[in-house]
Amino acid sequence: MSISITEVRHVARLARLELDESEILSLQGELNALIGHFADIQVIESSGIEPKSHAVAMQNVWSEDVPRNSLSRERAMRNAPMSRAGLFLVPAIIED
Amino acid sequence: MLTHLTAAKLAQRLHSRELGCVEVTRAYLDRIAEVDPKVGSFLLVDRDGALDQAEKAQSLIDSGEHGALTGVPIALKDNLSTDGVETTCASKILKGYVPPFDATVVERLKASGLPILGKTNLDEFAMGTSTENSAFQLTKNPWDLSRSPGGSSGGSAAAVSADLAPLSLGSDTGGSVRQPASLCGVVGFKPTYGRCSRYGLIAFGSSLDQIGPFGKTVEDVALISELITGNDPLDSTSLPTAPISSRDLKQGSLKGLKMALPRELFGEGTDPGVAEAIQLAIAALVKEGVEFTEISIPSVAFGVTTYYIIAPAEASSNLARFDGVRFGLRSEGQGHVGLVERTRAEGFGHEVKSRIMIGTYALSAGYYDAYYLKAQQVRTIMQQEFQQVFSEFDAVLCPTSPVPAFKLGELTQDPMALKLLDYCTIPANMGGMPGISLNCGFTNGLPVGLQLMAAPLADEKLLQMAFNVEQALPSATCTPPIA
Repeated sequence: MSISITEVRHVARLARLELDESEILSLQGELNALIGHFADIQVIESSGIEPKSHAVAMQNVWSEDVPRNSLSRERAMRNAPMSRAGLFLVPAIIED
Repeated sequence: MLTHLTAAKLAQRLHSRELGCVEVTRAYLDRIAEVDPKVGSFLLVDRDGALDQAEKAQSLIDSGEHGALTGVPIALKDNLSTDGVETTCASKILKGYVPPFDATVVERLKASGLPILGKTNLDEFAMGTSTENSAFQLTKNPWDLSRSPGGSSGGSAAAVSADLAPLSLGSDTGGSVRQPASLCGVVGFKPTYGRCSRYGLIAFGSSLDQIGPFGKTVEDVALISELITGNDPLDSTSLPTAPISSRDLKQGSLKGLKMALPRELFGEGTDPGVAEAIQLAIAALVKEGVEFTEISIPSVAFGVTTYYIIAPAEASSNLARFDGVRFGLRSEGQGHVGLVERTRAEGFGHEVKSRIMIGTYALSAGYYDAYYLKAQQVRTIMQQEFQQVFSEFDAVLCPTSPVPAFKLGELTQDPMALKLLDYCTIPANMGGMPGISLNCGFTNGLPVGLQLMAAPLADEKLLQMAFNVEQALPSATCTPPIA
């Protein structure tokens, strides 16, 4: 198993990472080193074994539906790099 | 010197009014100003905030309403959210980010009157084993300033080791509390997954992350654990259990305890000096009546691989929130997607990008079953094997790290070699078990950590065993030359 330059570019796109050529090459090497190790666990017999998403799993954690205070809009938006009139600003997505 | 004292002794003198809270906090702040330029533990020192909290702590003591550690200062890893105080995860993408709320553990520290000295260095987003992945500075090992303190909570470990704080908090996803504790010669404890609320801990691998404390002694670590653990409705993975109690810490004895030595964790990768220190500790414990049995836990051999699928997969999802819109760095790019891609390109360091890439790959169509699903099944197998071990044994004993502190820069060119060093600590995260590292000796003047693990929820029992082990080992508590 190894990962091609085309696949590295595809994964970078999925991960929303802009990478330059030298980064793509070094990441290809690092990813291949790790993926080489991933082959180790393919030999483990695991049919019928339930996959665990947590070490100490809990299910159906409920809480009472009681209103409580939350952050004010002003506090919640204080770290926004660009905002206007209580809204986060992003580049236009839909053209006029 | 006041800053040599353990947290328990400091608390005793504060509560008997031999010492004042402001005096103690000031002593640590002064020592940080003097010594930290050499060590590099702190990313931010909150002098005014700490002194303000010390005054409040003093009034709690004066009115007789103090808790066990009121007035004892603490340092926090910079991935714990602090209301009004910059929290960066040692990443350029969060430079200047000021959380609008406190993590649950921070809220509990404040309520109990522990002045917060500042925020400590880490590998960016806690991804690393040497603290060299910080975007801002290097942290040096107080035992040898040319060496790494370990990581990812290297700043918190070095701070306690160098007497810059009597206590500190870190986070442990694959060993990030226990390994730096081992390399810096202090005690580091990872509670059972779910006993300490993760609310406000900036997420890395959510199914593995657990906040844990550093201290000079097992007692100090037990006292702070009691304060920060217990159920929290704000974290839905928080267990509905009481805080970890330190009441019976000094009870019990080593006589008749059954401890397992897994062959897989004493492999040929173990440094001979580390192996020797651990064997000497085992011999000392045998004299105290501990019964050791060599066993095999086959799945442990697959721990690193399993970890480097699960943790990056979760990280790739958790770190999707850093998009340049709601907080943190924003770089302009072509359209919305271009903005997000450019922001993440400029904001994340290399190791973080590498882990996001591997995680995205492992979760992508066509590979999910072979990698992520398989890793989750191996996690189940590992848990079952450990369950079997803990039905027969009180604890598992092994080195915390197969090597002592390594030179800064020595392993940065080989990220895979660094990752392979995590194999002794990863099992406790996979199995959710509590694990603790305490110093058991030295090799070439560098500390060697001994790790104990116990069954999930046996935190109290583990701390009690560690306390008794500490009493039996002459070098369990120690002070580096810089202190």
